[in-house]
Amino acid sequence: MSPLIVCEDLWKVYRVGDVDVQALRGLSVTINEGEFVAIMGTSGSGKSTLMNILGCLDQPSKGRYQLGGVEVKGLQPDQLAEIRNRKIGFVFQSFNLIPRTSALENAQLPLLYRGLPLKEQRVLASAALERVGLKGREHHTPTQLSGGQQQRVAIARALVTSPSLLLADEPTGNLDTASSLEIMEILEGLNRDGITVILVTHEVDIAAHAAREIVIKDGQVLSDRPIHHRAYS
Amino acid sequence: MSTFVWLTVMTALRVLQRNRLRAGLTMLGIIIGVGAVIAMVSIGEGAKLAVQKQIASMGANGILIWPNYSMIGGVRGGQGAVVTLTVADAIDLKKKIPLLAEAGWSRSGSMQVMSGGRNWSTTVIGASPSVLTIRAWAYSSGGPFTQTDMDTAARVALIGQTVVENLFDPGEEPVGAIIRLKNVPIRVIGVLSPKGQSPSGSDQDDVVMIPFSTAERKVLGTSFLGSVGGVFASTDRAEDVFEAVEQIREVLRSRHRLQGDRPDDFIIRTQIDVAKVQEGTSETLTGMLLAIASVSLLVGGIGIMNILLVSVTERTREIGIRMAVGAKRFHIMMQFLIEAMTLSMVGGGIGVLFGVTAARLTSIIAGWPIVISGETILTAFGFSLVVGLFFGLYPANKAARLNPIEALRYE
Ligand SMILES: Nc1ncnc2c1ncn2[C@@H]1O[C@H](COP(=O)(O)OP(=O)(O)OP(=O)(O)O)[C@@H](O)[C@H]1O
Ligand SMILES: [Mg+2]
Repeated sequence: MSPLIVCEDLWKVYRVGDVDVQALRGLSVTINEGEFVAIMGTSGSGKSTLMNILGCLDQPSKGRYQLGGVEVKGLQPDQLAEIRNRKIGFVFQSFNLIPRTSALENAQLPLLYRGLPLKEQRVLASAALERVGLKGREHHTPTQLSGGQQQRVAIARALVTSPSLLLADEPTGNLDTASSLEIMEILEGLNRDGITVILVTHEVDIAAHAAREIVIKDGQVLSDRPIHHRAYS
Repeated sequence: MSTFVWLTVMTALRVLQRNRLRAGLTMLGIIIGVGAVIAMVSIGEGAKLAVQKQIASMGANGILIWPNYSMIGGVRGGQGAVVTLTVADAIDLKKKIPLLAEAGWSRSGSMQVMSGGRNWSTTVIGASPSVLTIRAWAYSSGGPFTQTDMDTAARVALIGQTVVENLFDPGEEPVGAIIRLKNVPIRVIGVLSPKGQSPSGSDQDDVVMIPFSTAERKVLGTSFLGSVGGVFASTDRAEDVFEAVEQIREVLRSRHRLQGDRPDDFIIRTQIDVAKVQEGTSETLTGMLLAIASVSLLVGGIGIMNILLVSVTERTREIGIRMAVGAKRFHIMMQFLIEAMTLSMVGGGIGVLFGVTAARLTSIIAGWPIVISGETILTAFGFSLVVGLFFGLYPANKAARLNPIEALRYE
């Protein structure tokens, strides 16, 4: 298996007033294609900062980050947008759907920026919604959907472009146990289909769905170990 | 690409529809601006067309001479009361100035005209036959009066369309009918073709024309035989007009025995002067409205910019989401530019309706002629589009330069 993500000595420094906050401090990690990784760590340890850099939403202050063999550091905003559109799907804790806009249109959004014909957009978005079990809800707006359903729309939006990498930052943080389980089953399914999934969570139960657990502390990797599933152990 | 633009336009329309009141208030400036442009150009073009018609109907080489009433009783006492211009003057001008093709004279007055049981207040013009040629009247039926009618003070008349409508039933033939002016029976021998409104708004068809001699002796009367209200002259060639004006001035000054620096007791106007004055007025009006229009468009543009800045702030998070899923700067930029242009175009459309209505109303109420051209409407519409584009650029650029992370975090 070839490495999808190679991070070497990543630093991220935020300047707040006169103080430098070091969110990442020389973090290195390699993640292969097809992995299912859970990232854990205390609040403020730098998990979201790392996810944003991995997702090409943000740039490291220092260090190297290669995604699929491409050096990301130094790319222009539009080139980063292109990578996000082609290779990456995002799922956020707060769903981040566009308000007053139907599930279908939300799921279509990444395709809009690919310039696909409308018909094709519709077909792909409907298929993605069906995949997350939202057939028949295409025309509901976010306020007409439950939290779990909204997060499933967000996943549909993330997978509609068939990305190679799916990043989920506390996707179940706002959901009850039942909905969380549904979301995790979907993510597991996607991973089985070959998508690399990186998941941030505080809950051990949720992390247990992954195959590898990386714990971060103070912007560095504290531990990195495979998770042995109960089924296999 | 076109799918993107199309979907973005739909989104923009939805956003506008959601904030209808806000959008309406924002568009007000554009509506007024575009409305003013359309009203202005329609009225201005109408005035210009009327002037052109007037010139065409008078001939570009026409020269008009009036007595200068302000001089009467003052400097020129010698020749007696109110007479400063006479038939003899006109005849002499024609005789002495070879450049003049024609010279005619007329006098007019307001009067009741009667036919059958009806009566109508109109302008009666007593004219020499040459006036008919100079002013290039045409006839929808019948024909002009002649020098013989003039010599015999014949009781014949030419009547305008408005008089026909007010004295005769529809379909009734006026030619041959007898009308009465001051109880003098007069036979209608011709109906003048409609000329419509003059640039100053008077109805040129509300007229009864009779031979000058008839008017003087039987209808209008006179305190001094041979005094005229105006002299009309024309040259064969337009370039001779100014030379002819100079010669007219010389002849009249000598006839009126005006020596040294004594001012003229007459006024000479060429058709070109008249046209210039009228064009001047319509240009002033156009200038004023243009000022209003540009200020409104400017205010409208600033309004659009303002509302878009609000919109960018309100939708920061949405912008972040769009960026996160792969929107490039161009896409975000286009989204807000399209929104700005949708605003200004809808405003422009309403403005067009507004302007056309205003121009129509002006024409109905003030009686001004107007010309509404598709070109004008298109230009005004284009203007609003440019305003939207221009004032949308700053907010759109601001949105496009947002940092995706910060935009996503925005509360
Ligand atoms: N935009 C920012 N400006 C300044 N400091 C920041 C910014 N973003 C993050 N930080 C700081 O960087 C550190 C890491 O933050 P990060 O959001 O990555 O933590 P996290 O591990 O995701 O925490 P949580 O589990 O609470 O989500 C924190 O100390 C935080 O205060
Ligand atoms: Mg976090």
